[in-house]
Amino acid sequence: MVEQELRSTPLEAVHEELGASFTDFAGWRMPVRYGSDLAEHAAVRRSAGIFDLSHMGEIRLRGPQAADALDHALAGKMSAMSVGRAKYSVLLTEEGGVIDDVITYRLAEDHFLVIANASNAAVDLEELTARAQGFDVRVEDASADTALIAVQGPASEEILRRALLGADSAVEGLAAEDLTGMKNYRFTTASYRGQELLIARTGYTGEDGFELYVPHAQATALWEQLTAAGGEELTPCGLACRDTLRLEAGMPLYGNELGRDIAPAQTGMGRLAAVTSKQDFVGRAAVEAYDPTDRRILVGLTAEGRRAGRAGSAVRAADGTEIGHVSSGALSPTLGHPIAMAFVHPDHAETGTDVVIDVRGKDLPARIVDLPFYTRS
Amino acid sequence: MADDLRYSKDHEWVRVEDDGTAVIGVTDYAAEQLGDVVYVDLPEKDDEISAGTEMGEIESTKSVSDLFSPLDGTVLEINQAVVDAPELVNSSPFGEGWLIRVRVDTLPDDLMDAAAYTALTEG
Repeated sequence: MVEQELRSTPLEAVHEELGASFTDFAGWRMPVRYGSDLAEHAAVRRSAGIFDLSHMGEIRLRGPQAADALDHALAGKMSAMSVGRAKYSVLLTEEGGVIDDVITYRLAEDHFLVIANASNAAVDLEELTARAQGFDVRVEDASADTALIAVQGPASEEILRRALLGADSAVEGLAAEDLTGMKNYRFTTASYRGQELLIARTGYTGEDGFELYVPHAQATALWEQLTAAGGEELTPCGLACRDTLRLEAGMPLYGNELGRDIAPAQTGMGRLAAVTSKQDFVGRAAVEAYDPTDRRILVGLTAEGRRAGRAGSAVRAADGTEIGHVSSGALSPTLGHPIAMAFVHPDHAETGTDVVIDVRGKDLPARIVDLPFYTRS
Repeated sequence: MADDLRYSKDHEWVRVEDDGTAVIGVTDYAAEQLGDVVYVDLPEKDDEISAGTEMGEIESTKSVSDLFSPLDGTVLEINQAVVDAPELVNSSPFGEGWLIRVRVDTLPDDLMDAAAYTALTEG
């Protein structure tokens, strides 16, 4: 295999200074943890954590038919979304598999921003460009100059208020009520050091929190301003805890719970496809023809002890029959026992069913539970 | 990095005690690579272990790694404290986070001294 140069985010020097351990994630050199991933996980649940997610892809669609192009390209009805709102959706293949799961922000009637997973950013751009053919819209890759910083956890709003509302914050066009009154999956835009700052109340941790988008040149100043305002209440967090946080919150991860060979309905996302409220879109025929018979569906599993089932572990019924496999699993840092998401045969998917996870040759008794494992109070 | 220890390429350390028994653990480098250790699966007392073969597992929140025995021997004692509190592997990899004590005749030739091991991890 050819050794490829890893890409780095504009915050790499900040991470180095903080003593981060790095990992190769989708071709990017990303912080996996700064110290203890369990402490970082706990900080997000208890107070707040700050994450560099600048590896994510950003794709802009601008033009009079931007909404129509997205209605055609994505499973959801983007034209029905108001300006200032965000929506979660999936990009389907013609066969009804998932190319990526994306969040789309409507910045103006004719202007949308689509956030792609780092591993899929290039193919999403290619697909959106192809699917926009014939519509009056321009598709632009904004990834190369967009940094994404997430602040997640119960103290997030207060930290953002301290960091962004002060007289010397270099933020213009942001009022206190823009933050305090912002509902989940809404966003606002302001100016930071003369450049656009997009602040969204979105996240991937199961906690209240925000995601902030700025051009690369402003990323380090914004990170430092947030950490200065956050003090002890704000902990730098790597990708390791991001994964355990999202797993506890029952959120799917592309490549584990979502993929080209998995129909959205198997992951409980059938409702994301707007088959009744809009006309044609890529993957529609496959979604309508979907036959759930014998198709494994996503469930939650919990067990006792400390040993966790991991992605790929077989799941068996009490009588020994193999009924599915684990897609993600870990010892839950918050709950203190093993949790997993698994795809199992629909005949064995009822909540409360006792099953067995084959953890590398040893049987781990487990029980099917409702997702999510963790809900914030 | 402790000078009186020998090291394996699989990132275990071995310390031969005055009574001739050998204590085995994982290095600070391995602990750092793993992240927070949440579970260790060790061989049992009286098990025979042999150099280069799997003798257990060590799990962090993110991953599962096999533990390879750095030598041939017989398990005399396992560290119950590290089974009960796996985070000792991170907080004290060369101390309280030791894994097993083994009766051993001779050490394999391929164990490294501190300088050679440091060169391996920094290479």
